[in-house]
Amino acid sequence: MTTQSESLNSQLSTPLSEFLQQLLNGLSLGAIYALIALGYTMVYGVLRFINFAHSDVFMVGAFIGYYAGKLVPENTIWGGLVVLALSMLGCAVLGMTIERLAYRPLRGAATLNVLITAIGVSLLLEYSGQVFFGAAPRTFPAIFPVKNFSVGGLVISTNQLSVIVVAALLMVALQFIVHRTKIGTAMRAVSLNPKAAQLVGINIDVVISFTFGLGSALAAAGGILYALNYPSIDPLMGVMPGLKAFVAAVLGGIGNIPGAALGGLILGTVETFVNGSQWSTYKDAIAFAILIIIMLFRPAGLLGKFTVEKV
Amino acid sequence: MPRPHFYLLAALLTALGISHFSDRIDPYHLDVIIGIGINIILAVSLNLVNGYTGQFSLGHAGFMAVGAYLAAAVSLFLGPKLLGASGGTALQQNALFLAALGVGGLSAAFAGLLVGVPSLRLKGDYLALVTLGFGEIIRVIFQNVEVLGGALGLNGIPAYTSIFWVLAFVALAVFVVTCLVHSTYGRGFLATHDDEIASEAVGLDTTRYKIIAFVIGAFFAGIAGGLYGHFKLTITPTGFSFDRSIEIVVMVILGGMGNTIGVILAAVLLTLLPELLRPIAEYRMILYSFLLIVLMIVRPQGLFNFKFGKVKL
Repeated sequence: MTTQSESLNSQLSTPLSEFLQQLLNGLSLGAIYALIALGYTMVYGVLRFINFAHSDVFMVGAFIGYYAGKLVPENTIWGGLVVLALSMLGCAVLGMTIERLAYRPLRGAATLNVLITAIGVSLLLEYSGQVFFGAAPRTFPAIFPVKNFSVGGLVISTNQLSVIVVAALLMVALQFIVHRTKIGTAMRAVSLNPKAAQLVGINIDVVISFTFGLGSALAAAGGILYALNYPSIDPLMGVMPGLKAFVAAVLGGIGNIPGAALGGLILGTVETFVNGSQWSTYKDAIAFAILIIIMLFRPAGLLGKFTVEKV
Repeated sequence: MPRPHFYLLAALLTALGISHFSDRIDPYHLDVIIGIGINIILAVSLNLVNGYTGQFSLGHAGFMAVGAYLAAAVSLFLGPKLLGASGGTALQQNALFLAALGVGGLSAAFAGLLVGVPSLRLKGDYLALVTLGFGEIIRVIFQNVEVLGGALGLNGIPAYTSIFWVLAFVALAVFVVTCLVHSTYGRGFLATHDDEIASEAVGLDTTRYKIIAFVIGAFFAGIAGGLYGHFKLTITPTGFSFDRSIEIVVMVILGGMGNTIGVILAAVLLTLLPELLRPIAEYRMILYSFLLIVLMIVRPQGLFNFKFGKVKL
């Protein structure tokens, strides 16, 4: 992205169009962070733990896309959509399997143990990826047709547009699932109070499994969209975007779905602007600086509700 | 002489004794032993924060980086001026090394204070994240300081780390943490861990305890970093990423939080495991992470925690 945005910047002249260009780059990066952040925030909502393995599900999503991309004709919209669907399906299964095998036996255990298990799953996926996919970076195929066009001095690539469009559609779909369907209502109930949810007859295992599937599918979509914009993929590609997406989830208010989307967009935009400035070498630190500031002054996040601890 | 002090003295004398025979030890084994020692210092010091005081820090590698860089800077930049071109006698070198470690440890402790004061108001996952964030920020700062080598890191650090220094600091770290926790004052750490609200209600300043635990933990992480730098002879910012912090946390949790002996055993085991699994090469890390998941499911109280009945994490 660095090289891409730099070459784009050189074609620009006015400060305003440069600002808008960076804003566009930032929003498309932010949309990807938002997709990953949604998975973190949903899992945190129902289980109250940080699913460290989420960032590696994102990586697996990109790799499924890499292999599936060879099976369909390149540069077609339907081909791209098939790849996207396959990868989302594959990762949903992966996420549900992880939950079933690694997290369910620890239901009700101390948070720290679950956290370490999540770290273990994350390392397992990374190292397995290095053995089975190879540690060397690979070039992600152009599964969607790519075209650059300029509007009033702005250079817009179709990749950026598809990132924003796909992310927006998925978020609307998620909002629909969570607020308008039976399973979504059950998810919200479990998030509010797991015990009470069980008492009114909600099968908590099914809900948690569904949450993992849904979150992992969104991570897979994020992985494909990320790989479209930064076409070099490797087994460790998930680590940094994963951490930043988590920061985005905390920034918006952990457990809060619109918050995760907002946090992702803010973080992506800020990071892109920092990257375009003279402090670009600090771009990886800026996410954490934001995290620390938000934790100190508004620990519940931008859209979260602050709860007082009761004895 | 009180018993713990006697043990410390005995451990130091043993370290001195072993260092006399270090020529006869196979260099590979010596390397592994030094690696184990450094990990024990890291795990035992993190145990004071995560285990005894119950605060979840994920930024230990950041403090290790501060110690490693500052100690290396002292022996690289000040060393030649103080010792002259000849390099000085062995005694002078060891004195310089001790000073370098002191600088490394103290600056890490200061960094711990800077990080701890604002972030220890937070709890649980949030504290974990903020410490992780600080650890990463420290790493990015070192990556951008040109004097300290930037992204390439520091090279050609003199090889001052010997088996004696490692064993001596292992003994010191274990001594300090054990004595502190078992002292009248140190009961406050356990009280903070057990029930923060109740501790505050009986008049303990829990924030103060947390910060003290954090600063002492950071100090020893800095020492371990200094030893590591003068052992590997080259340090890069990427060597202190958050993976390293996780490695230390895993040792503490597997050892059984708040159980110094268990944590030492876990540090030994987890340093040896990758070495022992070397024959299966690329599959060893898969096995390592798989074992981690299985252990968490089968023995959530930690591998070496045999305290029945009062397991509380």
